[in-house]
Amino acid sequence: MGHRTPLYDKHVEMGAKMVDFGGWDMPLHYGSQIEEHHCVRKDAGMFDVSHMTIMDIKGAATRDLFRLLLANNVDKLKEAGKALYSCMLNSEGGILDDLIVYYMDENWFRVVSNAATHDKDLAWINKAAGEMGGITVTERSDLAMIAVQGPNAREKTFLALGDGVRDSAANLKPFYAAKIGELFIATTGYTGEDGFEIMLPGKAAPFTWQMLADAGVAPIGLGARDTLRLEAGMALYGSDMNEQTNPLETGLGWTVAWEPQDRRFIGRDALEFAKTKGLNKKLVGLVLQDKGVLRRHQVLSCNSKGEGEITSGGFSPTLGKSIALAQVPVSVELNSACQVDIRGKRVEAKVVKYPFVRLGKSCLD
Amino acid sequence: MSEIPHDLKYTKSHEWVRKNSDGSMTIGISAHAQELMGDMVYIELPEAGAELEAGNDCAVVESVKAASDVYAPVSGEVLEVNEALNDNPEIVNKDPYGDGWMFRIQPSEEEQWEELIDADDYEAMIASEES
Repeated sequence: MGHRTPLYDKHVEMGAKMVDFGGWDMPLHYGSQIEEHHCVRKDAGMFDVSHMTIMDIKGAATRDLFRLLLANNVDKLKEAGKALYSCMLNSEGGILDDLIVYYMDENWFRVVSNAATHDKDLAWINKAAGEMGGITVTERSDLAMIAVQGPNAREKTFLALGDGVRDSAANLKPFYAAKIGELFIATTGYTGEDGFEIMLPGKAAPFTWQMLADAGVAPIGLGARDTLRLEAGMALYGSDMNEQTNPLETGLGWTVAWEPQDRRFIGRDALEFAKTKGLNKKLVGLVLQDKGVLRRHQVLSCNSKGEGEITSGGFSPTLGKSIALAQVPVSVELNSACQVDIRGKRVEAKVVKYPFVRLGKSCLD
Repeated sequence: MSEIPHDLKYTKSHEWVRKNSDGSMTIGISAHAQELMGDMVYIELPEAGAELEAGNDCAVVESVKAASDVYAPVSGEVLEVNEALNDNPEIVNKDPYGDGWMFRIQPSEEEQWEELIDADDYEAMIASEES
């Protein structure tokens, strides 16, 4: 038996097909993954993401700790509730994890990172915090997290959680959060739709989940979460990035803050060296022109430019065709054609910009 | 678990076979197989006229989760394929033993029917897989 979130019984009760997901028993779908996908694009759906790691990091030196640990610049966080997406790098510039850090107050930052990297992240952060001194790292395994996403997510969340939540969260801009009693509501997500990620005490999660369901929010499994994030062009740790890739090669260059130059974050020297030397690879989108399904690890031939590899692929329910993220030689141009080897057959795909879908609409020409 | 039709026979690789009155055989994948795979998104069928050999891969079903081969349960010539699956692969999820059939074959070795698994044994087989 794997780890269970406080919502495990709810998933079973709602007919979920439970699967092992990095040591956690999580819902893959509740009937049809494709219907769940459409539901998030057109209405509102909720995901149990309580398996993710939540850490509260406190102490006067916390900001200094993040100046060192994060490739993005924590000094962009000045107001309570503001969130920042960043990679955490090793000294070779490889990605240890991608995470979101929230500014609670000057002595308190909250980090949400991946489930599969839990032990590694905690060890890395604790080691750096220990060397810096005066910092406490507390894992918040007492908290659950529910993501409510979709064009009607805000309205249905307010319907379920009441006017107090409406008053505090209705005017939140993207990538902000509000603390409302024991609830922490953030306008972050992993679908390319509007909505919230709600952190709350684990014991309050089942009835909150039920209230959301009663307000018309459909439960969505991790299967649809993956196709939604792929359409939204959001990289997945362990697939599109890992310790062997740096942010510049995986479409995450925008998250690396080079200024100020004297902020010597871990991995900076290696990234600067890689940039000077010239990058070899980059991440692009692919749209399959023929029938079939693009999948991770399929190899593609980019004509004279060399070979690439799909890092995430699947069927896009919104577009009705297969799409993928692929790592290719830097010289590969947008709108060029490439051939993907699908089970021994060469099929035609087109190199495109991503995201593929944003706020329910196709981004393709 | 869904009901397993008793007029059909099955394979270890989860295909089903129906013997039609004209001697042809219709082939699809079982409810258990489609359930394991999840929503279908693309199905590659054999071509009408193709000669299939029992045990060889002859079609591919791609679901949201993975690609999977379909193996010919018996040898013979493909008479007809279910063209409706080209645009609506989800029919296999909705009605695996009916409208979700995949192709019809004129068997060249009738006796292969006897080697297929009957419904009770198939049920026992998937029950033991699940336990």
